[in-house]
Amino acid sequence: MQNSDLALQIKNKFPSIVLDEQPNFLVVPKTALLDVACFLKSELGFETCHCLTAVDRKDKMEVVYHLYSFSNHFMLTLKVIISLDDLTVESVSSLWRSADWLEREVFDLFGIRFLNHPDLRRIMNPDNWTDHPLRKDFKREDFIPRPVTLGLKG
Amino acid sequence: MGELLTVNMGPQHPSTHGVLYLELTIDGEIVVNCKPHLGYLHRSMEKIAENRTYIQFIPFTDRLDYLASMNNNLGFCLTVEKLLNIPVTPRAQYLRVIIAELNRVASHLVAIGTFAQDLGAYATALFYTFSDREKIVELFDNICGSRLTYNYMRIGGVSGDIPAGTEQIIKDFIAYERKQLKEYNELLTYNVIFLARSKKIGILSKEKALNYGVSGPILRASGVKWDIRKEEPYLVYDKFDFDVPTGGVGDSWDRYKIKLDEIEQSLRIIEQAIGAIPEGNPVSKVNRVFRGTGETYMRTENPRGELGFYLVAEGGFNPYRCKIRSPSFSNLSVLSELIKGLNISDAVCVLGSLDIVMGEIDR
Amino acid sequence: MISMLLKGLAALGFIAVSAMFLIWLERKVSAWIQNRLGPMMTGFQGTLQPIADTIKLLLKEDIVPNGVDFISWWLAPFFVTVPVVMAFLVIPFSAKWIILDLNVGALYICSVTSLCVLGIFMAGWGSNNKYSLLGGMRSAAQIISYEVPLLLSVLLVVMQAGTLSMQGIVHAQHNEWYIFKPHLALAFIIYFIAATAEVNRVPFDIPEAESELVAGYHTEYTGMKFAMFFVAEYTNMFIISAIGTTLFLGGWQGPFLPGIVWFLLKAYGLIFLLMWIRWTLPRLRMDQMMSFAWKVLTPLALLNLLVSGWFMVN
Repeated sequence: MQNSDLALQIKNKFPSIVLDEQPNFLVVPKTALLDVACFLKSELGFETCHCLTAVDRKDKMEVVYHLYSFSNHFMLTLKVIISLDDLTVESVSSLWRSADWLEREVFDLFGIRFLNHPDLRRIMNPDNWTDHPLRKDFKREDFIPRPVTLGLKG
Repeated sequence: MGELLTVNMGPQHPSTHGVLYLELTIDGEIVVNCKPHLGYLHRSMEKIAENRTYIQFIPFTDRLDYLASMNNNLGFCLTVEKLLNIPVTPRAQYLRVIIAELNRVASHLVAIGTFAQDLGAYATALFYTFSDREKIVELFDNICGSRLTYNYMRIGGVSGDIPAGTEQIIKDFIAYERKQLKEYNELLTYNVIFLARSKKIGILSKEKALNYGVSGPILRASGVKWDIRKEEPYLVYDKFDFDVPTGGVGDSWDRYKIKLDEIEQSLRIIEQAIGAIPEGNPVSKVNRVFRGTGETYMRTENPRGELGFYLVAEGGFNPYRCKIRSPSFSNLSVLSELIKGLNISDAVCVLGSLDIVMGEIDR
Repeated sequence: MISMLLKGLAALGFIAVSAMFLIWLERKVSAWIQNRLGPMMTGFQGTLQPIADTIKLLLKEDIVPNGVDFISWWLAPFFVTVPVVMAFLVIPFSAKWIILDLNVGALYICSVTSLCVLGIFMAGWGSNNKYSLLGGMRSAAQIISYEVPLLLSVLLVVMQAGTLSMQGIVHAQHNEWYIFKPHLALAFIIYFIAATAEVNRVPFDIPEAESELVAGYHTEYTGMKFAMFFVAEYTNMFIISAIGTTLFLGGWQGPFLPGIVWFLLKAYGLIFLLMWIRWTLPRLRMDQMMSFAWKVLTPLALLNLLVSGWFMVN
């Protein structure tokens, strides 16, 4: 199985969505996430959501899903791009229970809300904290970024 | 007692294997609800990774799953090598395999000893397994100077060659450990009380295991024959001949027995590798400074499951984003499902059999 | 009157020395089983270690937790220790050395040792602590359940010997120790298992299970009160071993050596067996323990009693 096969199958099933196909990952639009995920789980055999994380790209946020299919031995990297003024995305925890805690972690560290999540609370930081540490604009008085070229040449 | 009682287990408790806080709601002796609270060991490693160079981050990976530091180092180094296309010398590959498998044996020994202790075989099994582990830890001390957090792997190889005489020590250890495995089987595995306490407790079905993203010995105990070392071999694992043991039912006894079987398989791998180490220089001769772009995801088989690193690089000296997919995190999420309806004693047994390390759950 | 007083004081002295010896023995036996050395620095092979432990416990601050039910909390250690000391009244150390040879000795011992349950329950309730309460209730249930097979096996010995008096039972074994008779060997096994449960030793130590409920019913006790629980447990171990020796192993009888030496050897042999089991086996779960008492041991003991009694009558 290849990325291109999967992209083809998804495009056949959902002709209306705009699928961005890159060599290593696929980008789906936010609105189509749940449908594509259902399709991947039920018909293409992706039994596990192996990893779920987010990357702060300063002008947008990416939510990255790593889905694995045991029957096809293939790890699919799926991305959803969300803009900074609407940090919400559908939750896939109804399909894969592993996404439950992983989405809570993304909420805790980035502030992205997952709609229809059974229990969206912070998981690692204190419950009544207000900040989201892994964002690139996270500022604290006592957090000093190290100068990058400390002692390095080249 | 008809009313429900809320009991706090942890964060400091003799059998929660670290700082885990479980809020149990019990009705008499039966657990009705379980709410785990994490974060007592959160050290924001992923944020730190964005502020360190690739080499500077390797000691931090030691402290994730501190019982299997070498395997964590290995996972991170392999991810960086995959991202930046850095070759590894053959001697370094064999050394990495041997060291990683020895660390797997050490980690499983701790798991076995502490599981027996949770069940009440107070300290005897623990002393035996820890004195076996002492041999491994002393060996690592000779190789890299440290007993728990090794920082031995480097990007492109290892930090130093093994001293003379190490191969003989490892061969002696393999013979000794095989005898000890027989003793553990006699002492614990087929003991009537041990069986009564752990058979049919906390059964995890195959479908639930896959859905919850469980991996490693727990997944194999539930009947799924899955090992990254066989399916997506990294380093030189495809050159070795070893089995992947699976359990029958997925109860706590299976999860315990699998660890003994895996120790035997690791000893087989080490035996084959020791006989075939090529000559050469295991220390990498690459740039001290790595820069690259792109992203990659690489997973390795840790003693606790599949450790994955998702690395995004944007051309700087530091990673742009380093996500650590820790196996114990997903393994722990099954706990609240498994212990509903069990006694408190059984809850302790299930938690012990899941073999979690808080260092990698909280990062 | 004076001789009774002296005998009583001698018994108290023996209890104190024996408890210390047992603490040392436990640590050495556990060290030997676990491939290590145990106490070595205090005195020769660590023989002064128990004295060091006692001094440490005496010097500890006596903390009274908030909200305890003072009377039951304060009296609990006494209710645990005193019955055990009272049981010393009828233990036959040798042909002449027995404080008082009651002609209902066996009955007296069984009734007195049952009083310990009260103490444990009072400790659990009075401590104002969820964990202690759970531990106290579990312990009470356990001890009461295991009393039944214990008494049934003692009953079989009494039937065989024809007398309740402890010296009488010892004399009835002058030909052959009772453990060599098949129905009494079974009774000995039942007795030993039930007695392990009576003293809360592994595999029946759920009430003080360290890895589950921290320390169970004696969590809230410090210093000398904790020492009393400790001493009571070790003395109880000695009592049940002494009773086992008297009932099944021929008491103080044996060739060449004086009676008391044989008695102590046999009693401490049984204690060594108890310790050996403690450091080897895991513990049973509460419901497994209860079902074992009621569904396995009690029917077995009853059956044994019935069959042996039928053979004895015919």
